[in-house]
Amino acid sequence: MKSDKLTKWLLLASSLIIVLISGGMVFSLIGDAIPVFEKFGWRFIISTEWNPTEGREAYGALPFIAGTLSTSMLALMVCLPLAFATALFIGEYFRNSAFSSVLGTLVDLLAGIPSIVYGLWGFYTLRPFVVQLGWDAQGYGIFTAGMVLAIMIIPYATSLSAEIIKMVSNELKEAAYSLGATRLEVVFYVILPAARSGIVASFILAFGRALGETMAVTMLIGNTNIIPKGLFSVGNSMASVIANQFGEADGLKLSALIAIGLLLFIITGIVNAIGKLVIKKLS
Amino acid sequence: MTEATAGRKIGKERISYRMLKNRLFKWGIIVVSGITILPIVLIFGELLLKGYRQINLNFFTEVTPNTLEAMTAMANNEVIPGGIVNGITGTLLIVGMASVIAIPFGILVGLFLFENQGKRYAAGFIRNLSDILQGVPSIVLGLIAYLWVVKNVTSGYSALAGSVALAIMMLPLIVRSTEETMKMIPETLKEAGLALGAPYYKVILRVMIPTGFSGLLTGILLGISRILGETAPLMLTTLGNPMINWDPSGPTSAVPLLVWDFYNDPNMVDLVWSSSLFLMGFVLTLNLISRRIAAKQNNN
Amino acid sequence: MTMNPNIDSIDHPVLAIENLSIAYGKGETKAVKDVSAGIKKEAITAIMGPSGCGKSTLLRAINRMHELYADIVTEGQIFLNDINIMEMSTIQLRRKIGMVFQRPNPFPTMSIYDNVIAGYKLNGIGLKKNERDQIVEQSLRNVSLWDEVKDALYKKGTFLSGGQQQRLCIARSLAFQPEVILLDEPTSALDPIATSRVEDLLVELKEKYTIVLVTHNMTQAARISDYSMFMYLGDLVEYGSTKMMFTNPRDTKTEEYLTGKFG
Repeated sequence: MKSDKLTKWLLLASSLIIVLISGGMVFSLIGDAIPVFEKFGWRFIISTEWNPTEGREAYGALPFIAGTLSTSMLALMVCLPLAFATALFIGEYFRNSAFSSVLGTLVDLLAGIPSIVYGLWGFYTLRPFVVQLGWDAQGYGIFTAGMVLAIMIIPYATSLSAEIIKMVSNELKEAAYSLGATRLEVVFYVILPAARSGIVASFILAFGRALGETMAVTMLIGNTNIIPKGLFSVGNSMASVIANQFGEADGLKLSALIAIGLLLFIITGIVNAIGKLVIKKLS
Repeated sequence: MTEATAGRKIGKERISYRMLKNRLFKWGIIVVSGITILPIVLIFGELLLKGYRQINLNFFTEVTPNTLEAMTAMANNEVIPGGIVNGITGTLLIVGMASVIAIPFGILVGLFLFENQGKRYAAGFIRNLSDILQGVPSIVLGLIAYLWVVKNVTSGYSALAGSVALAIMMLPLIVRSTEETMKMIPETLKEAGLALGAPYYKVILRVMIPTGFSGLLTGILLGISRILGETAPLMLTTLGNPMINWDPSGPTSAVPLLVWDFYNDPNMVDLVWSSSLFLMGFVLTLNLISRRIAAKQNNN
Repeated sequence: MTMNPNIDSIDHPVLAIENLSIAYGKGETKAVKDVSAGIKKEAITAIMGPSGCGKSTLLRAINRMHELYADIVTEGQIFLNDINIMEMSTIQLRRKIGMVFQRPNPFPTMSIYDNVIAGYKLNGIGLKKNERDQIVEQSLRNVSLWDEVKDALYKKGTFLSGGQQQRLCIARSLAFQPEVILLDEPTSALDPIATSRVEDLLVELKEKYTIVLVTHNMTQAARISDYSMFMYLGDLVEYGSTKMMFTNPRDTKTEEYLTGKFG
């Protein structure tokens, strides 16, 4: 009937608006990033200059790209064993018990903690810890930011991995047990090979999450526009520089920041797309 | 019997070695899992210990002190006066507007995806877009809201701009939870409604949405708890306000923004703990409530 | 051994089950009630009965697979060649007693070759290449699969038909040259031709291995087994030579089952 057609049209229209929003986002970002690319060309991406002084302006995104990538990769590496063990706990070892649901809930709560709270904890607890251990004089830098980032992305890696591990069929596990395998051997020779792509996908998605994190990283990375030289070096990230320098930015500087936002958008978009592709290959 | 294995070390020693590895690995898993959840205990504990003192009635009723008042109070070893009510009202305004934008919109798109599951092309495309949207870093959304709203609509920082950024964040979550919830409603219910000659929109409003209510609610609560704690996009869009502000076109405060302000001001640092405690408590409570609702629904 | 007149006792059984009772939890009803029987060496023994009679539970107790599920309460004993199976580690036990499952379950991420020697790999037993090749070829020949797959050994087994996959699983369990092979309804997921090939295979294998077969298909039991057990609601109602049981059952329940009155 007529109202049905209207209803269906309404639903379609709303969905098309999503297309408009997505397209609009790309359009706006590109549009406002153009000025800085016009001035510096592709060198913008590999340049390390950052000089907002009137008349001698020069901007380059490389230090921020390096900072984002290094903190996120460190976070991924630290997160890997933790999320892996927790996923095995929930998905295999304590699968149907109360322990599993409690642990699962606690891990999910980790995802609920606001980024700024993580930043505070990193600043007031982790940083002095790093200083005390003598690893760094001030405690800022890739390491501290990466550590907090690792904790933040654990829930994303864990919940998906645990789901995938649970899906490995009982029959396969029984076949391995009937051949005399210990549980450890069943995990490594049967469960993991079967769950491999799903676990990889979850880590890719967690990495994507880490790339876009702003507050916690801003508070811990040191906000220095250099390419990080070592594990404890200070640096800056794409998200942080936008957050920090946005306040009074206009003109070319604003364009530079938006260009960095565009780069961040593209990088996270690609990483997430790869992750989703891997998952799709599973089903 | 096992000729091929004769001469190999598969006697008792090898087996107990494997069983030892097995047991060690299991305990390793348990220990590492414990380490994983340690941070939540530590963080919450620290916030609690350092923040409870500052929380009193004033906390919820007064606006933030300025830096001079704070400095004087600290010098006299007093509790810093004031509270965060401007942040609380700001958050209410911004999150409220974001929800008003995202919820109906998200439900509509979710319904579209549910309706068009069969036609892979259209639905798949929209779903992929929704997923991409979900992966966009919140600060980029802040940039977008700045470009669209702050520059063009409200000519200045505003609560509206902040809610637009947060609404885009919330949207994919609502879309997905709506689609999932609708999928779980038995097909026969929808058919029964249609068979009675009811127009489709009435079936949606009177049958499907009420039936799927708890699922939708879970998605909404999760979406809200997700955006409550967001700071970065607000830094680019609403800036902050030392006073209570209900005008969507003007700069407004929000609790996470206040936390950031306190953090940056050496005189107000003590307020950081109480405000974060409040923020985190709120977010976690919402999280747990939505989890409760979801669990109850699963049990039915 | 029990004094039940419906149960023949076997001399020098390779497996001796004594007063075995199994329940899925304390205080739950027993799935297997006080079963005693001896399994004859190098023969096929079929366990049959209607759904829920406990036959699979009994079978899985023999290689202690039932221990994988917590809360299991077991009473009584099982002896393999006069050694109590609880006194061996499950690892050793399962090398001597192999198992084939209802639905063929070759490891999907391993090639056919690796599937056959999966037992050795899982147990971390290192073998030289020629030893491995020999075991793989021999096991595959034993299940009449060698000619069919010898040119595709390194491919994953998923392209094989159901029947071939099941024979691959049998080959996998033969790789350890176990004494006993347990099969839990191995042909119920297969078509009639594949079923008949597996049945012929089992008859060949009984010359070297002891075979215990759970089946819900009594004609299968009649076709290939030397001895049969009939179970009903956890009790071992009758046990004896298949020929005798099918032509002249001693218990009325057995007769009712065999004539199709229930099950």
